[in-house]
Amino acid sequence: MRSSVIIFPGSNCDRDMDVALKKFGFKNQMVWHNDQSIPKSDLIVLPGGFSYGDYLRCGSIASKSKIIKSVIDFANSGGLVLGICNGFQILTETGLLNGILQQNKFLNFICSNVYVKVKDKQNKYFKDLKKDVLELHIAHNEGNYFCSDDELKSLEDNNQIAVTYCGVDGTENEKANPNGAIKNIAGIFNKNKNVLGMMPHPERMIDKYLSGEDGSLFFKNILDNFK
Amino acid sequence: MKIKVIVTLKNGVLDPQGKAIQQTLNGMNFGNVEDVRQGKYFEIEVNEKDEKKAKSLVDDMCKKLLANLVIEDYKIV
Repeated sequence: MRSSVIIFPGSNCDRDMDVALKKFGFKNQMVWHNDQSIPKSDLIVLPGGFSYGDYLRCGSIASKSKIIKSVIDFANSGGLVLGICNGFQILTETGLLNGILQQNKFLNFICSNVYVKVKDKQNKYFKDLKKDVLELHIAHNEGNYFCSDDELKSLEDNNQIAVTYCGVDGTENEKANPNGAIKNIAGIFNKNKNVLGMMPHPERMIDKYLSGEDGSLFFKNILDNFK
Repeated sequence: MKIKVIVTLKNGVLDPQGKAIQQTLNGMNFGNVEDVRQGKYFEIEVNEKDEKKAKSLVDDMCKKLLANLVIEDYKIV
């Protein structure tokens, strides 16, 4: 499975993502934001970081960069596009995903492990995933997902909510919500479920000695579903 | 021609920074401050003599980049 990671000025999880993808057998290449086109890929990843220093709004400047047209075309043709953290913010700013990531409710930068519940498995990312609750890592200042009531209803009706913050046993409540996100939302899909944006970083959970291995499950699952 | 734009959060959208500023002001004995909403202000120099045209260009810019209409409103002043 071929993948491309797009690097924006200020991306800082691009190399971690590269390491993670290669570890599980993706043929990954790095693509600069100023390039016109993306090499043939089965998966495009917009990595975490602080593209353009989070100027204006997180992800807003990156969402207008040269490479984005190719990303949008790829997504509209059904290709898998994964946005992690700042990548999620960029995807909402392009309009590929609904809503926006606002500043965390309590104004703090959050860096911690969280549990997320997988809400939908009828898609190429989570289909046949063995676990329902994953332990992943978050590190963000703007992860407070917000959308209009109509958009939320449409997300719910189409099962576009991908993952939600929860307790270790899968309970979704206010206590498990780190940033004030509406309905504990940590990640969503587009309507066709080929575009996934989420705040948690699976690439930080790929080593049992350093962190944990629930991220490994995520990457292996994408590969398994591709075969 | 200089066009000025103010971008603010829509009513009902949580503004944690505004809230923090309000609480700080209250703590500084400005007890009558009931609410603060923080926004952004832009001064855009447009190479265009016709004010109407310049404003319509800036309006387009607001929709496409300067404001995110999911949570923000803009006002060309």
